[in-house]
This record gives sequence, structure tokens and C-alpha cells, in this order.
Amino acid sequence: MDTAMLLFVVIGLFAGVLGAILGIGGGMIITPILTIMMGLDIKYAIGASIISVIATSSGATIAYLKDDMLNLRVAMFLEIATTVGAIMGALLVGLFSSTFLYVLFGFFLLYSTYNMIRKLMSKKGETVFTGSDKTVEKLRLADSYYDRAEKKQVDYSMKNVPGGFIMMWAAGLASGLLGIGSGAFKVIAMDTIMKMPLKPSSATSNLMMGVTAAASATVYFFNGSIRPDIAGPLAIGVLAGATIGARLMQVLRPKVIRMIFVPIILYMGLQMVLKGFGVSF
Amino acid sequence: MKKEEMRDVELIIGKILRIGVVVSAIVIILGIVLYFVNGGSGYADGQWPQRFGVMFQGVAQGKSYAVIMLGIFLLILTPVLRVVVSIYAFAKERDVLYVYITTAVLVILIFAMVFGYHG
Repeated sequence: MDTAMLLFVVIGLFAGVLGAILGIGGGMIITPILTIMMGLDIKYAIGASIISVIATSSGATIAYLKDDMLNLRVAMFLEIATTVGAIMGALLVGLFSSTFLYVLFGFFLLYSTYNMIRKLMSKKGETVFTGSDKTVEKLRLADSYYDRAEKKQVDYSMKNVPGGFIMMWAAGLASGLLGIGSGAFKVIAMDTIMKMPLKPSSATSNLMMGVTAAASATVYFFNGSIRPDIAGPLAIGVLAGATIGARLMQVLRPKVIRMIFVPIILYMGLQMVLKGFGVSF
Repeated sequence: MKKEEMRDVELIIGKILRIGVVVSAIVIILGIVLYFVNGGSGYADGQWPQRFGVMFQGVAQGKSYAVIMLGIFLLILTPVLRVVVSIYAFAKERDVLYVYITTAVLVILIFAMVFGYHG
């Protein structure tokens, strides 16, 4: 019991650092660790990871707000889509079996991997979109951030806002269904669909996933999915990890962040799909 | 709205969010410390408070699991706090469009939370 608590703090620390850097939330990392490595019931794993998502979000956001890394307007606007999606997901969660959740979760991860590899292989590299777009102007979404790795101020715009909005709704739905921050989808919605640079996409995803997770966390809190002996120590580790991760991310090059992202979600995606089909390793 | 005004909004939100996070972390840590001091959760095996009444009663009696659950609940509230402060900050900068957008987010969020309590 006591050593388990310490272990949860360490897992949280690790998940917090990675989650803050990648904008994916601790859920992606914590759910598989708790279920596959520690053999916990998926119910408690989801409850614990949704708390970790909130801890990652709030911990990292403090640093990202201070350093002007995130896009507050994009976050606020898209949060309408994610919160509505999250409510719908939470309503539907009882209708699906664990097996189905594993497979769905796994395929989500594999899809994210495919997207990220395609971007890495692209010869254009990390280009910044600065063109004009009616919706972007109307909502005043264009912004800039200071890239510490490249030592320059980056002005950016975006496009396909409705497409990003729909993707965000799907991200919210996944969050409610699976108890994850579904940050990978948020990052993809901004980075791949809306053409926002990766760093503000990750930082903004961090900010947003807290709100999405809070919407479904109350459901888990009151239905007994959140165990204090797991979620408590985990949250403390995640908060510390996210604080470190948010600082680390700013000095990393976008390409490096992408390269960390790909193997992690590929490995976990495969593992979850296989688990869903009854193969554990 | 100018860039500098957006900075003000972000800095206000950042400050309040930090207070929320620090308070919830302290409560959770306090609960974990209580667990070791009391030598237990204060509840039967496999049990912990899941309703407000039980939780606050447990907190008053110094039961460790109740204190940890309170800290976790405060942590769940930090994103809500962030949205509330955002409305205030946008209003202060007279950004009417984003006052509406952020208020919509808050309404949806509160609906979800109330639903979560009763659902």
C-alpha cells in the first residue's frame, strides 16, 4: 500500500512531464500503465487518469500562460465543441464494454501515430501558416509566440476552423467515453487541420483538456471511479511533472517534440488494441 | 484587442489558477500525511467518500481518505475556476465576443458537473 502510493507519485511525475510537453494529458500514459502493468480495473484506471489529465492541464497551463505560449481565444472557442462532446461521451459510456473501449482507444492512438509520421516525413518541415482566413479574422484567432529553441518570435495564423471545431467535438466525445484528455486529437485538430504551429497547439491543448476533463471528472467522482489512494498520490506526481514538462517543452525544437510523440503512442496504441483482442504482454 | 491587453488577461488567469492548484495540492498532501499519521483511511476496506455529505463529515473528523477526496475535488474545480476568471478578464478588456464565448463554455461545464452529481 505505502510503496504503491510512492509508485503512483513516480508514475504521475513521468506522465506529467510527457503530458505537458506533448499536450496529450496524463491519461494516454496512465491508463495503460495502471491496467496493463499494474492490473487495475479499467474503471479505476480511467478515474485516476482523468484526474491526472486535469493535474497536467492546470500544472502546465500556469507556465504556458506566464510565457505566452498558448492561444487563449482558440482555446475558449474550441472548448464549446469539446465540452459538448464530453457530455455526450459520458452519457454513452455505460453502453460499451471494456473490450470495445480498449480497441477504440488503441485505434485512436494508431491513427494519431500515422498522422504524426506523415508530418515528420514531409519535406516541407515545420512551416508556419500566415495566410488570411475570414473566420480567423472574425474570431481574432491569429497570435504569436516566442520560440526559445529557435530564438525568434513566431507570428502565425490558421485555417479550416470549422473542421477543427468538428474534430474537437470528436475529441470531447472520446474524452467522455474513455476518461482520457484526448489531447492527441486536440493537438491534431490544431496542428494538422487548422495549421497552427506545434508548440502553441500543444500548450493550447494542455489548457483545453483540463476543461474537457473537468466536465466528465465529476461523473467519475460521484460514481465511485476515483480512488483516493490511487488518484491522490498520482495527482501530486503529475502536478510536479507538468510544471517541469512545461518548462522543458519551450526549449525543445518542434521536430523533437514530434519525434518523442510518435513511438510512445504507437507502442501504447498497439498494446491497447491487442489487449482488446485478448492478447496481453 | 491589442497584444498587450491579451497579456494582461493571460497573467490574471495564470495567477488565479496557480492559487487553485497550490491549494488543492496542499490538501491532497495533507490527506496523504494524515493517512500515515492515523495509520489508515478512516473507512472500511475498499470504501471512500463519494458524496459531499460523507466527504465533509469525514474531513471534519480528520479521516485521511476524505481529505484526499476533498483535494481531488478542488483540483477538478481548477479548470472551472480558470473559465470563470477568463470571463472576468475578457470583460475587463471589453472583449464582448469572448465574454459570450467563455460564458457559453461555463454554462455547458456547469451543466455537465450538475449532471455528473445527479447522474
